[in-house]
Amino acid sequence: MNWKTFYALLSRDGHVARRNLLPMLLQNLLQPLLLTFVFGRILTTSGMMPAAYKSVLLPGVMAISMVLSGVQAVAMPLITEFQFTREIEDRLLAPMEIGWLAVEKIVAGMIQALVAGLVVIPAAWLTMGSGVQLSFHPLEFAVICFLVAMFSSAGGLALGCSVGQTQIGLMFSLVLAPMMMFGCAYYPWSYLHSFPVLQYAVLINPLVYASEGLRGTLTQAPHIDTFVVMGALVAINVLLLVVGLKKFHQKAVS
Amino acid sequence: MGIGIRIENLRKVYDTPPPSAARGGGFSFVSQRSAGPKERKKKFEVVAIDGVSLEMRAGEVFGLLGPNGAGKSTTIGVLTTRTKPTSGRAFIGDYDVWREQVKAKRLIGVVPQRPNLDFALTAREVLLFHGAYFGQSARERERRSAELLEQFHLKDRADDMVRNFSGGMMQRISIARAMMHDPEVLFLDEPSAGLDPQTRLMLWEIVRSYNQQGKTIVLTTHYMDEADTLCDRLAIIDHGRIISHGTPKELKASIPGGYLLRLRFNHVPEALAAELKKLPGVTEVRGADQTGLDVYADRGGPLIAPIVNTAQALDAELHDVHIAEPSLETLFLHHTGRSLRD
Repeated sequence: MNWKTFYALLSRDGHVARRNLLPMLLQNLLQPLLLTFVFGRILTTSGMMPAAYKSVLLPGVMAISMVLSGVQAVAMPLITEFQFTREIEDRLLAPMEIGWLAVEKIVAGMIQALVAGLVVIPAAWLTMGSGVQLSFHPLEFAVICFLVAMFSSAGGLALGCSVGQTQIGLMFSLVLAPMMMFGCAYYPWSYLHSFPVLQYAVLINPLVYASEGLRGTLTQAPHIDTFVVMGALVAINVLLLVVGLKKFHQKAVS
Repeated sequence: MGIGIRIENLRKVYDTPPPSAARGGGFSFVSQRSAGPKERKKKFEVVAIDGVSLEMRAGEVFGLLGPNGAGKSTTIGVLTTRTKPTSGRAFIGDYDVWREQVKAKRLIGVVPQRPNLDFALTAREVLLFHGAYFGQSARERERRSAELLEQFHLKDRADDMVRNFSGGMMQRISIARAMMHDPEVLFLDEPSAGLDPQTRLMLWEIVRSYNQQGKTIVLTTHYMDEADTLCDRLAIIDHGRIISHGTPKELKASIPGGYLLRLRFNHVPEALAAELKKLPGVTEVRGADQTGLDVYADRGGPLIAPIVNTAQALDAELHDVHIAEPSLETLFLHHTGRSLRD
């Protein structure tokens, strides 16, 4: 393992991210801001939703924001760089085992996911106004954030190495959209009890654990037990890492 | 002290289409009869390199010459760790390219056939980050990148994004990038494809001066003049096999007669080839197709009159003549029956 090269690759990604800071912030912040404003401010102030809904929504929006930014940060560049131009080739030729390049991509994606998630908290708080009740468990919260960030960027690696440039639209409508809708981001998992089949079907959706984990460590809203969530996230991460690294090798070497 | 390259019985068979278009071209498709239920899945195999053994000596400019799809880029792909060989081995210096990838990667610089620059960066950053990947210190990176930008006439555009560069400029920055970490072996895959004549001369000059520092250079090309003027030794490759190798001079001397006259008639009577063979200086006559004959001889122009007379005696009319002087092009034709650009 060559740390100098690894660090250089990481600083390249950091450099590119800083250059695109404004569009990236807009991309990461606008959607959660609109979501929290419409659902957390308009619907609650108008009385269509109880004020307690704010506390249910905040962790969900944070989970969505982390997952989307992690997936995008890793998958989108990989999809384009493995295409026609093979832009990634110069980094594959860097003096380091190529698997570490995938690991570097994951680390860079995790940092972006964590930033995106942490930025959402104050931003959403501001748009929703008063009435968000937090009950903060710092240690568990940190562990969950780490696991969610890893899930999003490892997922980005697996997706980015399996999807072609022409299928990006399909990826969003077939994978990411249902994942967000059935990810328990807008409602706690336990509230699905009137739909027993759906309630158990959504458990294959990793976003469920992200939303429920953040809900459990950030608020008092009903949630799946935090240790169950951690176990599930670890299992999902291992699976996505194995699949992602394998796909990456297949793409990188002909 | 330079670094040599050894290739032992290398074979590469793609069972799926290669991922990069750069490795496309006209492979030979060998359709396979399925032997059992297990093999039924494999509808075809693409044999890109078929048992290639070569030695490239330390400090020489070695050329791989061949038409599109001959296996040149796949050979470069294996030597630069980007392609996994199906069988056989390749060594850069003492390192097995596939088993000791990191050590091999430290020794090589690669200029790909198609520029694969990092489009998110400026020209200067492309060089600086490349140097950083290879562990160069900040001061060394600054010095070397400034030097290369100057040498490649890119100083004025150094801080522009490379995505806005023209093809020729991208090619220049690709070469500068490959030389950034001062590699012992420089691979150039079709370096002058798409370059204007002026840039091409500049490229040759740069390759020569880099070579004079004792570096080994491997280039692929399908330009005869490039191979002829630049390379110390050459291998001619077609359909994944080495057809011939040696210095350009040796290779040219191996063609019977040296001159090649490609003749075209209204029709070719049966006796014509035998009659032409009897002409003074003619060493070999080959039928190209129904109206064409290739004549190898030790002279060119002086043979035209006797050829016309011989043809007229047999009631055939000469329509077209092309005289090729001894060159690698004629050599390629002699070995494959095809022109390089066919």
